[in-house]
Amino acid sequence: SGDNGPVSGPSPCLRLPAVLAPTLAIHVYTHREVHGTVGSQVTLACSFWSSEWISEDVSITWLFQPESGKDTISIFHFVKGQPYVDEVGAFKNRMEWVGDPHRKDGSIIIRNLDYTDNGTFTCDVKNPPDIGGKSSQVTLYVFEKVPIRYGVVLGAVIAGVLGLVILVVVIGYLIRYCWLRRQATLQRQLSAMEKGKLQRSAKDSSKRGRQPPVLYAMLDHSRSTKSASEKKSKGGLGESRKDKK
Amino acid sequence: MLLLLLGIIVLHVAVLVLLFVSTIVSQWLIVNGRTADLWQNCSTLGISSSFQCVTSSTNEWLQSVQAMMILSIIFSVLSLFLFFCQLFTLTKGGRFYITGIFQILAGLCVMSGAAIFTVRHTDWQPTTSDTSFGFAYILAWVAFPLAVISGVIYVILRKRE
Repeated sequence: SGDNGPVSGPSPCLRLPAVLAPTLAIHVYTHREVHGTVGSQVTLACSFWSSEWISEDVSITWLFQPESGKDTISIFHFVKGQPYVDEVGAFKNRMEWVGDPHRKDGSIIIRNLDYTDNGTFTCDVKNPPDIGGKSSQVTLYVFEKVPIRYGVVLGAVIAGVLGLVILVVVIGYLIRYCWLRRQATLQRQLSAMEKGKLQRSAKDSSKRGRQPPVLYAMLDHSRSTKSASEKKSKGGLGESRKDKK
Repeated sequence: MLLLLLGIIVLHVAVLVLLFVSTIVSQWLIVNGRTADLWQNCSTLGISSSFQCVTSSTNEWLQSVQAMMILSIIFSVLSLFLFFCQLFTLTKGGRFYITGIFQILAGLCVMSGAAIFTVRHTDWQPTTSDTSFGFAYILAWVAFPLAVISGVIYVILRKRE
């Protein structure tokens, strides 16, 4: 097969070869495989590296060999600065030239994919006088829906459950912390009120006849919950009434 | 008190060991001489009995079973760590709620993983009359009640001394 080099993403960016030796051959790079869904479009990226200056005589050819056939047909040709897209074959009106030879990019887009597009595409670049070298091949797979990569479901389930549990635990501790603080401030307010009440009860007790029972009831409630929360300061999430007994 | 503590720790470690073995050993299914899942399908080929292993299927349900088993290990380890934290920081009479909750969660994760595997294993393994469940699968089901019991013990246990 061809010289499948370091092109690793779907963008037609230039990737320089690892070995920059000045060989007199042209190096062409494409993906190894491309996946697409029926009806969508796919970009067949092709980049090349030539030791010569990119002249006006540069030519880029795309060939296609269907999965179920032995013939390789030519579907695209770029020469003398002009792209020539297939007007009569299987890719009529579905192919678009998006490359730029001066940027060392020879990519094409194929729209409206169908199962008959399964096969091997070959990108062949010639830059006179630099014409020797291997072309590169990319295999197109057309699916009904794109298969999810292995590990996505695994990671998602783990992250989701862990995140949920940590969130619940943090919220539980926050609620308990706020509740304890509220109890402490309530306790302080009540003890202050009680002190003030005792001081004023000598002067005037008839007017506040109705209020003492309410205050005492609240004081009792806050005292009992405070002692219970002291017992289990870090042990639980708020069900403290039970273990008073 | 010390005996009780030792017993509880031994139970927790036993649950942890069961979970580790069940997750790591790839013997959830045995199909006429081949072992399969969770991570590898291995078979002994030919008379020279060379062992050959390939990665298991990338089916989403198998991935969720793997995720549940890994989560159960994570929760059980966290629970052990939190137990030792709470042992030294809890006030007298306090309960090990958070330790128990994490251990119960670990048990629930094992159960859901084993249950999903039981129901869905035909999606990626064609069943023959020879299919039987391996020992790692059985260990997972054994770990579930032990983990839940261990978690409940933590919840009702009170710190003394």
